[in-house]
Amino acid sequence: MQPFEKPDPAHNPQLREPCAIAKLGRPFAFTPTEEERIDWLFTRYPTRHAACLPILWLIQKRLGWVPAEAIPAVAEKCGVPESQIYAVVSFYTMFNRAPVGQYHLQICTNLSCQLMGAEHMLDCLRRKLDIDLGQTTADGLFTLSEVECLAACEMAPMIQVNEDFVGPLDEKGLDALLSRLRSEAR
Amino acid sequence: MEVKLLTARFGTPESWSIASYEKSGGYQALRKALRMDPDAVTEEVKKSGLRGRGGAGFPTGMKWSFVPKESKLPKYLCVNADESEPGTFKDRYLLELDPHAIVEGIVITCFAVGIHHAYIYIRGEFGLPYRRIQSAVEEAYSKGYLGKAILGTGFDLEVTIHRGAGAYICGEETGLIESLEGKKGQPRIKPPFPAVVGVFGGPTVVNNVETIAAVPWILGHGADAYRKHGTEKSPGTKLFSVSGPVVRPGVYEIPLGLPLRSLVNDLCGGIRGGKRMKANIPGGSSVPVLTAEEALAVNLDYESLAAAGTMLGSGGMIVIDEDTCMVWALMIIEKFYAHESCGQCTPCREGTGWLKQLVARLENGGGSPGDMEKILSITRNMIGTTICVLSDAAAMPAASFVTKFRSEFDSHVGAGRCPIRRATVGV
Repeated sequence: MQPFEKPDPAHNPQLREPCAIAKLGRPFAFTPTEEERIDWLFTRYPTRHAACLPILWLIQKRLGWVPAEAIPAVAEKCGVPESQIYAVVSFYTMFNRAPVGQYHLQICTNLSCQLMGAEHMLDCLRRKLDIDLGQTTADGLFTLSEVECLAACEMAPMIQVNEDFVGPLDEKGLDALLSRLRSEAR
Repeated sequence: MEVKLLTARFGTPESWSIASYEKSGGYQALRKALRMDPDAVTEEVKKSGLRGRGGAGFPTGMKWSFVPKESKLPKYLCVNADESEPGTFKDRYLLELDPHAIVEGIVITCFAVGIHHAYIYIRGEFGLPYRRIQSAVEEAYSKGYLGKAILGTGFDLEVTIHRGAGAYICGEETGLIESLEGKKGQPRIKPPFPAVVGVFGGPTVVNNVETIAAVPWILGHGADAYRKHGTEKSPGTKLFSVSGPVVRPGVYEIPLGLPLRSLVNDLCGGIRGGKRMKANIPGGSSVPVLTAEEALAVNLDYESLAAAGTMLGSGGMIVIDEDTCMVWALMIIEKFYAHESCGQCTPCREGTGWLKQLVARLENGGGSPGDMEKILSITRNMIGTTICVLSDAAAMPAASFVTKFRSEFDSHVGAGRCPIRRATVGV
């Protein structure tokens, strides 16, 4: 290892394509319900700019990710240059800049989970899903990511499945989780 | 041994609902506070000796009193629910199990400081905690604990919940403020401190969830009752999050000053499999590590931990057992800080990356004999040289791990692979 080698992309998926945001391939527009929600958001903050994160969350809630076509729409709402929205989308790790699977599996690999065997759980997931970090299974069901401490260390080793925390995991529990998710899939 | 002031409601059915909260005396402290002079409320909190429970330990009442009485711009409260310090999960418990204590604490705090809009900045990954605090806020509005003319007084307060989106640095108070304004969470140079120029330019109080949750108890029972717990200089209780290979990991509310030994051996049931403790990180991954010998002799209060060369921090205690390689553990910690550095300040942006690479190289058996001195020299240039303390947070574990477990680091040099993990987990 050279002392000045490039940071390891496996530890930071965002480094693979530093600022790239995938395209939706069709025009983006807010839905009437979203428009209403955005108007309400503007009443909660003294600046429109402050509604940036909540607006991005609205987009991700509907699409599962934030496409490039949405950036100008958010910039217009917030009254700031598009570059500022790009900056925000690429700064925060939770904004997906490309589509993810129906289940986003985010395994914690910080210290408390590692002390309880997170590395083995990650190996199991790679093997069972036949994908590596940052990839999505061919059926579009699962995306596998590594995540930093989720403040759930008492359930180490743990994983975040979309919004829910699951743990403590072992190989059997992992099998049960994956088959439950498969059976509940849309 | 546990003293349950803030965690007393944990475990009662539907503890998160307003009905359950009111039944157990909830919102009575608010009624009492609203009949007091706002300054008297601040005085009571000052008298209690409550210190910020997020990590820095700054006296809460004093923080409130730094906010100017008269201000042209509106004043704000930001509740820091961006719990992200590795090993810390106590705020998540409070948000999930006793969200109304947080709401009540918010109203009392805002009444004391003269604030009419509070923001709860909650980390984006929190699903259930978000839903619980959201519904608590809605219930509080419908019952007249929030909104216009609260409980028939002339006091108005709006509360808005703001979701983060995955960035450790937003737990730093000025990073949080930037993020709340819709920007990247890059901390601001201080001064001006948030109490003078904070969010949207207005004077701002930023308090941790646990700090806010302690306020109703203190007002309800009085500062003297709070001071009956803990030590003279570190009064009250503190929630510790204990993780790692202990028998019963979890959140424990203990009086400050309790011996670490009691928390780990008695409350948590000791180390799994009858193993011995090798090391202990008492206050979240950014504080200096203690050897088992140091840990077993220390008491859990601000002063004792400082005297032992570490910090109480967030109370996120990570227990490390005898089988663990300390180089491997440090590699995981440094990977985290390198990932989370916001990139503004050179010593942090470069330093965290160098530490990660040097420690990873050592762990993989490819280090050289000068690496430990290099690590120590890098850490000396990272402490106190940046806008915020993320740089210090990355440097303190590195310096303490290398100094206190030097022989483990030495044993990795030229070993080809990790000699300790080869023996314990066979990799």
